[in-house]
Amino acid sequence: MYKKVFLILILFSLLGTACSSTEKEEPIELTVSAASSLSSVLEEINVAFTNQHPNIKISLNLASSGKLVQQIEQGAPIDVFLSANQSYMDQIADRGMIITGSRVNFASNRLVLIVNKDQNPSLTTFQNFDYASVSNLAIGEPNSVPAGKYAKELLEKLNLWEENKDKLVFGKDVRQVLTYVESGNVEAGIVYYSDSLISSKVAISAIAEEGWHQPIIYPAAIIAASKKINAAELFIDFLISEEGKLIFAKYGLN
Amino acid sequence: MFPPSLDPLFLSLKVAGIATAIVFILGILSARLLNKKDFFGKGVLEAFFLLPLVLPPTVVGFGLLILFGKNGFIGRYLLEWFDLQIIFTWVAAVFAAVVVSFPLMYQNAAAAFQTIDERLEQVALTLGSSKWRVFRTISLPLAWPGLLSGLILTFARALGEFGATLMIAGFIPGKTDTIPLTIYFAVEAGNTEKASFWVIFIVTIGFSATFWLNWWSKRNVLRFAKKQES
Repeated sequence: MYKKVFLILILFSLLGTACSSTEKEEPIELTVSAASSLSSVLEEINVAFTNQHPNIKISLNLASSGKLVQQIEQGAPIDVFLSANQSYMDQIADRGMIITGSRVNFASNRLVLIVNKDQNPSLTTFQNFDYASVSNLAIGEPNSVPAGKYAKELLEKLNLWEENKDKLVFGKDVRQVLTYVESGNVEAGIVYYSDSLISSKVAISAIAEEGWHQPIIYPAAIIAASKKINAAELFIDFLISEEGKLIFAKYGLN
Repeated sequence: MFPPSLDPLFLSLKVAGIATAIVFILGILSARLLNKKDFFGKGVLEAFFLLPLVLPPTVVGFGLLILFGKNGFIGRYLLEWFDLQIIFTWVAAVFAAVVVSFPLMYQNAAAAFQTIDERLEQVALTLGSSKWRVFRTISLPLAWPGLLSGLILTFARALGEFGATLMIAGFIPGKTDTIPLTIYFAVEAGNTEKASFWVIFIVTIGFSATFWLNWWSKRNVLRFAKKQES
């Protein structure tokens, strides 16, 4: 008899907890796919955004833009896409996978040539750098990493591609290129200016001029299949707001 | 795209072939030695041998990078004294393949040698056979089924090795683009044609190698085993 009463009490308390949890407001989880060059700045953006909108939680999916586009095309449940390159965004826009009105440019970047600080480098130019002194040059894989594609454009424009292409080591994203140079495993690499700021173990040897490659502009857009369009709009609005712009500038992504 | 560069094929076969040969010999030797001797810390050593099997390949790659990278514990001396750089070369790919497939060969060889009736070896010794001859004519043939399975697994693992290879050999088309790496980057770049091409290729290689090894073994080695039973 007491056993039955006990069991019924447990059952009701369980139901009670189930009911009470639905009374609270469910946080909205927004899945944002972003190019890996944005990983550091997005950490800060994330914190600032959540301060303004406490009920929206951002889930970051970081990889090279090429890989992210693959995932989106295969139907991954992404809400917002932040690409390091316009053509990857164009690719999914042409397939009608984004909400066209939501597409906006939110950041830009520059390419730099970095070397490990231990090499005691001095600032020079891409043309004058002594490529013969390095056994390897790391860049992102040109077909899937925007930083690699820009780097290839730059090297071809300066007629440096042919003579150096046997030394090239391809990274699967720009952060891997940074790590290669940081760890001293590759003597020089081409990364974004914003990446060079993050690491204290690398130094800039040269800064690229804008005409040498496609302009490095980051577009953002809401994925058409997203079920959280309002939250996504709020996020993208934050990226281009005054506060957002300040954060991007801090990381060299003005 | 067609005909595509067949570099990955030759590289993968070279790397997997050399790695398999190295692991086959090393695995048999270490399994044999540890089978015969008992010493303090043997269990720890065996667990260490099997470690790469339990760890994610990227962790194995990371460890190898720390050892053989330019600032690595071994790597920096190789560079200073011999001007030898292992990372970002096909040799690094062989290293990676050897480390990840060694546990497979060792485990199979150890189990195989365990099952041999020691008395048969001892009888041969008393009849005047040298240790090496006993090993060659009695232990090896008796252990063969286990050794063969180790060989097949080793080749398959070495052929398909990706994570550790990417870390220490990197992706350098023409130098370290093994088939698994080529497939990965083809998928990343959205080049599904190229990816599918290599997937079919590697499946065919794996299938043929396994099939042929089993067939060859039945014909040349196991048929003696069958005779003994009758």
